[in-house]
Order: sequence, then C-alpha cells, then structure tokens
Amino acid sequence: MPRTARDVVFVDGVRTPFGKAGPKGIYAETRADDLVVKCIRELVRRNPNLPVERIDEVAIAATTQIGDQGLTIGRTAGLLAGLPKSVPGYAIDRMCAGAMTAVTTTAGGIAFGAYDIVVAGGVEHMGRHPMGEGVDPNPRFVSEKLVDESALFMGMTAENLHDRFPHITKERCDAYAVRSQEKAAKAYANGDIQPDLVPIAVRNTNPAAGETGWGLSTTDEPMRPGTTLESLAGLKTPFRPHGNITAGNAAGLNDGATASLLAAEDVAEELGLPVKMRLVSYAYVGVEPEVMGIGPVPATEKALAKAGLTIDDIQAFEINEAFAVQVLAMLDHFGIADDDERVNPYGGAIAFGHPLASSGVRLMTQLARRFEQRPDVRYGLTSMCIGFGMGATVIWENPHFEGGK
Amino acid sequence: MSTTELLKRAAELFPGEVVTTAHVRHLDLPLQAGKLALITLDNGFDHTKPTTFGPGSLAKLSEALDQVEAEAAEGTIVAAAITGKPFIFAVGADLKGVEVLKEHSDALAIGKGGHDVFKRIAALPVPSFAFYNGAAMGGGVEVGLHATYRTVSSGVPAFSLPEVFLGLVPGWGGCTILPNLIGPSKAIKVIIENSMSQNKQLKGAEVFELGIADAIFEPADFLEQSILWAAKVLKGEVAVEREEIDRGKAWDDAVAWGRLVADAKVHGAAPAAYKALDIIQQVKDQDLQAGFDAEDTALADLIMTGELRSGLYAFNLVQRRAKKPFGAPDKSLARPVSKVGVVGAGLMASQLALLFARRMEVPVVLTDIDQERIDKGVGYVHAEIDKLLAKGRIGNDKANKLKGLVTGHLDKAVAFGDADFVIEAVFEEMGVKQNVFAELEAVVSPTTILATNTSSLSVTEMASKLQHPERVVGFHFFNPVAILPLLEIVRAEKTDDASLATAFGVAKKLKKTAVLTKDAPAFVVNRILLRFMDAIQSSIDEGTPIETIEKAVLPLGLPMSPIVLLELVGPAIALHVSETLAAAFPERYTVSENLTKLVKAGKRGFYVWQDGQQVLDPEVLALLSFGDTVLTEEQVLAKALDAVAQEIGLMLDEGVVGEAQDIDLCMITGAGWPFHLGGITPYLDREGVSERVIGKKFLAPGLASVPA
Repeated sequence: MPRTARDVVFVDGVRTPFGKAGPKGIYAETRADDLVVKCIRELVRRNPNLPVERIDEVAIAATTQIGDQGLTIGRTAGLLAGLPKSVPGYAIDRMCAGAMTAVTTTAGGIAFGAYDIVVAGGVEHMGRHPMGEGVDPNPRFVSEKLVDESALFMGMTAENLHDRFPHITKERCDAYAVRSQEKAAKAYANGDIQPDLVPIAVRNTNPAAGETGWGLSTTDEPMRPGTTLESLAGLKTPFRPHGNITAGNAAGLNDGATASLLAAEDVAEELGLPVKMRLVSYAYVGVEPEVMGIGPVPATEKALAKAGLTIDDIQAFEINEAFAVQVLAMLDHFGIADDDERVNPYGGAIAFGHPLASSGVRLMTQLARRFEQRPDVRYGLTSMCIGFGMGATVIWENPHFEGGK
Repeated sequence: MSTTELLKRAAELFPGEVVTTAHVRHLDLPLQAGKLALITLDNGFDHTKPTTFGPGSLAKLSEALDQVEAEAAEGTIVAAAITGKPFIFAVGADLKGVEVLKEHSDALAIGKGGHDVFKRIAALPVPSFAFYNGAAMGGGVEVGLHATYRTVSSGVPAFSLPEVFLGLVPGWGGCTILPNLIGPSKAIKVIIENSMSQNKQLKGAEVFELGIADAIFEPADFLEQSILWAAKVLKGEVAVEREEIDRGKAWDDAVAWGRLVADAKVHGAAPAAYKALDIIQQVKDQDLQAGFDAEDTALADLIMTGELRSGLYAFNLVQRRAKKPFGAPDKSLARPVSKVGVVGAGLMASQLALLFARRMEVPVVLTDIDQERIDKGVGYVHAEIDKLLAKGRIGNDKANKLKGLVTGHLDKAVAFGDADFVIEAVFEEMGVKQNVFAELEAVVSPTTILATNTSSLSVTEMASKLQHPERVVGFHFFNPVAILPLLEIVRAEKTDDASLATAFGVAKKLKKTAVLTKDAPAFVVNRILLRFMDAIQSSIDEGTPIETIEKAVLPLGLPMSPIVLLELVGPAIALHVSETLAAAFPERYTVSENLTKLVKAGKRGFYVWQDGQQVLDPEVLALLSFGDTVLTEEQVLAKALDAVAQEIGLMLDEGVVGEAQDIDLCMITGAGWPFHLGGITPYLDREGVSERVIGKKFLAPGLASVPA
C-alpha cells in the first residue's frame, strides 16, 4: 500500500507552574496525576475546535512510574481528565526527556498515519518521588565497570563534564545562571510565560509551609529573581568538595507537569486548530553515561543532518538547563557565545525548575512563544541531556516565518 | 451577650466538639483581578469524618472573618470565598452539640451564634463567594447562602437542608435566604418536600438547576474554575443572572402547597415543617433580619421539644446502632457464603432470590414442587432484572451476570448440595416447614445455614427435629423486601454463634438493618403492630365507626392509617399472625371474628375506590357485625397506646430484644414509624403512657428527651 508521511504540527502546549520539591513545596499535598490531568483539561478547554473523541493517543511520561505516577499514567490521566473512554493512553519513560519522547514518538505515529491527534506530556513530582526511588541497578554495571558509579548521580556527571572541559569554569557557569534568572524575571514581567501556565489549586495543612487551607499556584516557585554572582559564589558544591556544581548553577528538584497537543498538519487545518510549530526532525543519541551532559551535542548534529540543515540555520534555541556546564558545553561546541540572545531568551530550567519527565514540553511552549514573536526566525530547536548518557534534539520550523530578514 | 461570649458559653456546654478550623489563605486571582481571601473549612480529619459546626467551630469562623473583614476594609483583598476540605464542604451543625442543650436560652444562643457569624459574610464590604466543592448539608448549605455568589461541583453527591427531617428548621438563614434566592416553591421543595421524603439529597447538577448555585463546574478542576469564574465576575466579564421571584399570590400558593405536603407526611403531628413554612411565609417581605429572628425562636423552641429529641434519637439509631447490631456475635466467627438456596419459587421466594443475587452477587438457586413453578419463579426474577436494565439502573453485562446467577432446579440435592445458606419461604405451617428442613438437612453440609422467613412460627420448634439445629436462624424480612430495611434475625434455642454471625454477615451484604431478636411469637414488629391493630380492630368490632378510628390515630403522624396498613399487609397474613399471637398470649390478643369473615369473603380491606375516592365498602359492612360501644377519638388512641406500651414492657421483660432502642429501630425500619415518635418508646415516655401503664419510662432521661 502506498504511503505518504504527513507533516506533524505542535498545536498547543501548557504546563503547571513548577514547584519546589519537598514538604514545604507548593505541591507537597498535590498528587502527580492531578497535575497532568489539569494540564490535559486546560488543553481541551483552550482548543474548543478539538473534538475530544478524535484524540488517538495520550502519551504521558514519568521517570518514577509508581504510586500516583504509576498505573499507566497516560491511560489513567485521560480517564481522570474526562476524555472519552475510547481514547487510549500509555506511559513513557526516558528520564529527563520523557515528555520530549512522548512528543517525538507520537509524532512518528502521526507521520506514519496511525494517529491524527495526540496528547503528549509528562509529569514528575520529585517531592513524592525522589530521584532514585526504588531503583535497583544491576550489579554488573559496577562489577564489569560498564559505567563508573558517578554515572548514577547527575550532579557527579556534571562535575565530570567540568573535568572534560576545564575551560568551562564555575564562574562562567554562575554568570550563565544569573542571566537565566534575569531573563526569566523579564519574561514574566513581559507576560511571555503566564499564558501557558495552568493555575493549580493546592492544599496546605502544614503551618510550617505557610498559610493553611486551599491556595492557588500561578507562578513558578523556584525562581530567584535578583540572584547575583556574589550570592552564587558562596554556595556549597554537594557533589564534590571544592567542585563546581551548586544549587545555583543547576536546576533544582521540582514538581510539575506539562501537556501538548500534536496533530497531522492537514487535520489541524481541517479542524481549524492553531499551528504553533512544525516538526522538522528529531534525534536521540547515546554518550558515555559518566558525562551525560554532552548528549545534546551529538543529538543536535544528528538531527541537523537528518533535516539537511546546519547549526547556522537555527535561530532559536531552547536548551534544558539541567546544569549550566552542560549548556555551555554545547554552546562551545557550536561556537555560540554564552550570552547569545538566540539561546533560552526567556530563561531556562535554572530559573523555572526541571521536573524531570515533564520538561521537554516546557522547552516547546517557550520555543513556540519565540516563533510567535519572531516571524523572522525560520528554524529552532529544543534539546536536552538525559540520564545514563543520552541526548535529545528536536528541530522545529516556524509556521509564522515571513521570509528572510 | 456578644457573639464571642455567646459562643464561649455554648462551647463550655459541649466540651467534646470536633472543632472545624476556618483557614484563611490569600491568593492572586487570575485576570489580574486582585487578591482573594479563601477560607477553607477543615476539621483536620479525612472525608470519612465530615466537617461540622459546633460553637467552637463558629468561633473559629468568626476569628477568620475578623481577619477577612479587616483586610476588606483596608482594601488588601477584593473578595472573600469559602470552600471545604476534599470531598466535603460542611455538613452542618454538630448534632451532638444540640443533644446536650438543656435550656431554652442556650438553644437560642446556638441559633443566634450561627446567625451572628454567618451574617458577617453577607456584610463584608467586598463580594463573597461560596464554592460548594463537596457534600453540604444544613448549616453547611446555609453558610454558603450568606455569600454573594455560589458555585457548585457537578460531583457533589449530597446537598440538603435535612433539619425538618430531624425535627428542626433550617435556622442559620436557610428558611429566610433560600426562598428569597430561588423563590418559595423551589425552597419548599428543598426545605420541606425533600427533607420529609426520607431526607432526599440533591446532586450538584440539581443545586445549579434550582438556582442555588450561580455556576457549576466539573470536580476535576472545580476549585480552579470557580476561582477563575469569581475573577470574571469581579472583572465584570460574567454577569450573574437570577430568576425573578413572584412575591404576589404565587408566594402564598407555594406556602399553602407546602402545608399540603407536610400534612400528607405527618398530618400535623410534628411541628418542624409548619414552623419552617411560617418563616417562609413571613420572609415574603424580604425583611431578612426579622426572618433570622424568627429562625432563632423556632429553632430554640423546637430544640426543647420531645419531637426534635426523638428525631435526633431516631437519627442516631439508624445511623449508628443499625451499623453495629446489639448482641450480634463477633463477625470473625462468620462463615463465607458463596452460594444461596431458596426453597419455594412463589412471589416472596422470588423477591428474596432477586435481593440475594443483586446484593451478594453469588449463585442463587430456587426449588419448588414442580418445574412449572420453578420456571415461573426464575422467570419473575429475570423479568425484574430486565426492568432494572430498561431503567438504566444496571448495565447489560451486569444484567447478564445477575440472570446467570439465578437458576432453578427440581432436585434439592443438586440445587443445594454446595449451598452455604438456604432460606425457606414456603407455606406458614409448622409441619410443612419442619419437613422442608428435614429434607434440606439430608442434602446440605452440616454447617449450611438453614434460615426461615417465617413471620410468626417458632424457629426453635422448626429446628427441633434436626440433627444440627444449631445452624437454624430466623431471617424475617418485611414487605416490600427491596424497600424496607429491617431484617429481624432470630436466635433459636440452639442457634450457635457461628451461624448467627454468618446470618449477620449475610444481612450486612444485603444492606439490611439487622436486629437480633429472641425466638418469641411474631418477634418484634408484628407483635407490636398486631397489638396496636388488635386495639383498633376490637374498637371497630365493638362499635366505634371507622371514621373515628382514622381520626383517632392522626396525632401519631403514622405513614398510613391502620386500616390502610391492613389492606397493604393483606387481611389473610394479618389473620395468620393474629392467630399465632392469640394462641401464645390469649389474655392479650384476640382473633377478630370480623377479620376472619373478611378473609373468608376474600376481601382485601375495608375500603373500595369509587370515582377516585376511597370509600367504605358496603359489601364489607354488610358482612361484618358490630357492637354498640362507641369510643371517642381520645379513647381509641389511649386504648391503642396503652396496649402497645404494655406489650413493649412485656417484651423487654422477656428479653425479646436487648434494649428498648432495638424496639424503636425495628419500628422505624420495619414499619416506617416516624422519626418524631422516635419509633415509639420516646413518644410513649413523653406522653406519659409508659408511666401510666408500666410505672416507668422506657428510656433513660436525655436519651430521647431534653436532659435533666
């Protein structure tokens, strides 16, 4: 049977405000599944042209798939969100790139013709599910020296990245982090972030965590506007004595969820759904687990090659800031300046937070905002590093592109 | 007295209160609408212990309102809202706090204290919102009525003003605000009609349709959407429109209709509904404060009545005592029941089979003397299941499952060989029943429970010829079995604990209110009802006109007159039970010759329907013979109540049930005797009947009366 691959478009994306993990965090008493359910409902509400029974799949990522992140969360979240029972769903895990993988995998299904419309997103409640909860690494990893023990601890892999690139100093990382906070604060002031946030009702019964009763989460809790180089300089380096990685130049431990709506371009047109981005190519690549932060470099090269593009064609970057060093490693590789205005113009995970499996879609909603504001930009990419030595890059085209500058 | 002093004093009277905290939290409204102070009512427990209002809780809410009021005055908030903990908004006044009240002045303080606090919500200088997120009853509903706007979750399972059901009036603003919000007819539907129909609950959608809530949102993000809606209202993006209320004759007509509804239920015998209607009539003039004052007085007056105390007592019986049957053996002794047998395939047996199949979802096998009867019985059950399917009460798969569970077989050995519980519903004759049990014993295991649905025969005698009489229990249902909750579980002389525990386990799965009774003639409900009927019937037989009889019992507010009850039960069954009781207690029970004649003539009762009217059947009157002693209404009632009091006294002496409370629980759940009587013993106590007849009260003071 002859088959034509279809173009896949990013129709819309939303997320919860991100919270700080822990007993005093804004989501300390909120279930993970509720976070993603509310994102799905908001997507449906925001797109009244979408006939919900036309959704062909709900792919939701979570790294720790137990408890309120277990039970095949894509399926349960669809039911809890009130989608028709006929809409299927499944769960996805690629650690930090969970939501990104939910997007690319279902996008593959759309291109193949298996789906017309999908919901793809992710959730991570690191307060309820701390990193490493219930893991049981095979002892062969260590006994056969398949990986160094540090590969299991993301902060240590980031320190390892500093070893590989000694010219990326702590000072450069801190300066990058300060800029991320500044850009995020400015983006908030400009209202670039809020339109895609889903307010979440949050309960607090713990007086130590502030006012008790029901409240409403409307802004990202981790942000620290006013961060300075001086305030960062004195922070502890928990992963290595006299090391480089601090709570200030890395993303924190966070709670949050995201969801996006993807469609075949012709279906979006048929239904009158908005098109915010068009998928060009994507690639995942494995690297040495001990320096997982380098992953975005080969992933980007591979995605560019598949698209027939070069790095010079990319005018907008949304790179996940798990660690400043990992972003700088990529920028250095491609010869991009630390403060290049094309990179993370609204700030990144260092400011907003990084609830692991949910972050991929946050990068996309921000890139979509950039595309909307910059019709002179044709191509952009979203990229992230992934635990156990991987990188991911997705290249997107701006549907609002109006030709050369 | 200031509100604070008032509540402090009230709290001292009620040291055991579970205090609800009113948490105040501030949040930024969407759409840059400003800051909202959101009050969360939370008693600190999960949803299994719903939030209530006692004096301490009202004081907490008052404190919260101190803060919110100040913030509103300063302009730091643009609105205030109130909501509940997960699944629960608030379920009203803590009734335990009402039970302890001894003085009219304290009762008045409870009403006034609630008003004083709730009124402050309406008086805030900023708009107020109530977000009904979950179950809301009584004072819970009322606290929200004081707000400017309301939203409701479509997931709210229960929303009601149950005060009249208990013997109170909605006294924290309900009677006054609700008719002025949604009009008197709808308000009366909620306050009177629903409340007097076994405390019928509204669902979220109905709360919105009635206009009590201005907006409705789905439970998944109810609070988020309610807050967004509030922001839109504040920004003027949403206009709240309410139906115009007709304050002319329609208002009076609605109240008059309310009186008809109340009359039909209690015939004037319980005061609460009428007091509520008086207030609803009064607030037609929109004078809210006068309405609140009237509520305070009505509430305090009612709190001091025996009707209310009886209502609370009855409520506690059906809510608490019914869940832990008095005298039942430890449930760990119960054996599993995974298959049920029913002997007989007549109407009663078929109804039992349907009940067992629906509630227990285990195989149920019917037997009878020929295949035709079996087919008819099974066919009846299957047809009833199809009706449930047609009504949408069950789905297709469930219907298939239930039908598959109910089968019939001619051979008892095949039918019951592996059954754990077999109940007989054959002809009410000792010899027949003994033979059935003997046949059963030959084919079932030695531990299979053999149960009898006899209404009056001795269970001990029925079991006497068996090798294992210890597994025999009485299992007496009340017609209609699908509706009346009572199940009298009879312990025969040799019944062992394991069998009894198993029987209680089955009763629980059947969702019945099980009461343990001794193997005494006619057990509880029939013995009392028949003694009552005996007094009525003998009055008729001796010459008192039936019209007088009907009027004589009106002050009790029974669900139906004894004459209509006779028709419902069927004269033949009444005669049969009457014969049993007359044989057991010839000095107190007689078999009415007139009743015998009625049965012989195949008549169903005293009345016939003529042109849509119930009239005395001239054929029946011609059939019967009457004496010439004409009693007054008062004499008839006294005679009937004296008889009932005497019988209950004897039953308690005999140990038919453990306590008088079980008598009342039986009369409420098996005969539908009303809450305002507390079943019956609270009424006998407060009317002085008990002291007159047995020389003492049935219940300790305070149990169903104002404590001393």
